[in-house]
Amino acid sequence: MQFLSGISLGQFIPGDSLLHRLDPRCKIISTFLLITGLFMASKIPDLVLWGIFLLALPALSGISLKTILKSARPILFLVAITALLNLFWTPGRAVFQAGFLKVTEEGLMTAFEMGMRLFFLVVFASMLMMTTNPMAFSDGLERLLSPLSKIGFPSSEMAVMMTIALRFIPTLFEETDRILKAQLSRGADFESGGLLKRARSFIPVLIPLFILVFQRAENLAIAMESRCYVPGMARTRLNPLVWSGKETAAILGLLAFITAVVLLDRSYFLGFVAI
Amino acid sequence: MGKDPIFSLRGVEFAYPGASFYALRGVDLEVSEGEWVALVGANGSGKSTLAKICNALLIPAQGDCFVMGANTREEALIPDIRRNVSLVFQNPEDQIVASIVEEDVAFGPENLGLPSSEIKRRVDRALGLAGLLNERRKGSFSLSGGQKQRLALAGALALEPAALLLDESTSMLDPEGRLSFLSCLGSLKLSGMTIVQITHRMEEAIQSDRVVVIDAGRAVWDGSPGDFFDGAYRDWSFEEPPGVALYRELLGRGLLPGGTLPDVDSMLGALCL
Repeated sequence: MQFLSGISLGQFIPGDSLLHRLDPRCKIISTFLLITGLFMASKIPDLVLWGIFLLALPALSGISLKTILKSARPILFLVAITALLNLFWTPGRAVFQAGFLKVTEEGLMTAFEMGMRLFFLVVFASMLMMTTNPMAFSDGLERLLSPLSKIGFPSSEMAVMMTIALRFIPTLFEETDRILKAQLSRGADFESGGLLKRARSFIPVLIPLFILVFQRAENLAIAMESRCYVPGMARTRLNPLVWSGKETAAILGLLAFITAVVLLDRSYFLGFVAI
Repeated sequence: MGKDPIFSLRGVEFAYPGASFYALRGVDLEVSEGEWVALVGANGSGKSTLAKICNALLIPAQGDCFVMGANTREEALIPDIRRNVSLVFQNPEDQIVASIVEEDVAFGPENLGLPSSEIKRRVDRALGLAGLLNERRKGSFSLSGGQKQRLALAGALALEPAALLLDESTSMLDPEGRLSFLSCLGSLKLSGMTIVQITHRMEEAIQSDRVVVIDAGRAVWDGSPGDFFDGAYRDWSFEEPPGVALYRELLGRGLLPGGTLPDVDSMLGALCL
């Protein structure tokens, strides 16, 4: 039984693609632009354009479309809930009614749009994490937040904290899988019974997991200390971040795409097609 | 005149907070530059505590620990102590900080605030010594167990320390990984590195220059591997390495000259004849 197989949310996939080589600051800014752009999309044709953009990601990242799409799997439940809430609770012209449940034309449209937006959002955020190694990501974030250190914000400590948190993702999955299998081999049953019983059956997994993770975090803290890490101390980098022309071009290209989508959205033609 | 001591422990005592007993009870120990010392003893005897004391991760409750003349009690000297002495732990996964091999090795030098050219030089050298140059861009967690332990070793070596403390660093390795790790240590020893290795494996202890037995928080025996395996090892129920057993058997049958165990090199030479 593989409970946790295929979960790739937030895991870095080493590579040498265009996206891998971009400065992490550029990728973090781009992700924020993409999220902003996504929430400015209000019509189905806009989402089609975002879908086309998504199809270009394998070429830019060297990561297969299947792997990219799989990154959204852990939150498909959330996407479905969001879509269902919008489907049944959006007022408008009814197309179907069963008791208190009413599906409206507007609800259908909003459910699809919200579901797709959330799906794209997770995929784009995952792309950032899949193409940026955690060390570079935290370096980028630290540099972006460094102006805040003037008002006492601990950007350096936050960057190391982020690196460690991301480094622990695969460890957490591995340990959870190991404990699940150990409990299964001792007769634990995680699949039968109602929701409450199934939730309760995970307690023997969560308790050892927490103990183990705290223990490993403490061991790692000791190892970091022995490797001369001192919180708050200025650190240098093996690969200092360099913002070059390709980063500027990437940001400008993305801005041009988002602007084009927004302008098309506002245009009469797309508005007409959407209706 | 002997070499300068790398470690000098004088009457070191230590108890963990809340513990009803002392983990170390008056340890006196001196390790000279270039020595390879094997610390052996049962689980819970205080070996790992001793290693942490030597890396200034723990401060003695009584007594003093000097690392290259610097007292670990002096907080201002701790960065220098950790720069001079690197510790490699038992589980390599507990030491990996970064997801990419070369970035993990760079973690220590980055903490020292070195320029990137110097960090790169140190990373190249450490990866070369650990035999991981071809894996430098790989994911740290995609390495095999043996490679992960060599990555931990490379991370320690990147600090360019004078001494290495190895806390059961081979215990989680398969035979192949262990041999490649030990071969790394052999090269480091030849380059003049001081090595203090905590181990349960007697075939590793026999390769050292000196064996120190830690029992119930005390250093109870200190001498050459030849003397240790000549009889002292029986007092603490250690296993006799197969090579030593063979040598002893051949001695007993009169097939080898002499009556007592010689040093390791002579023993190996005799067995190869």
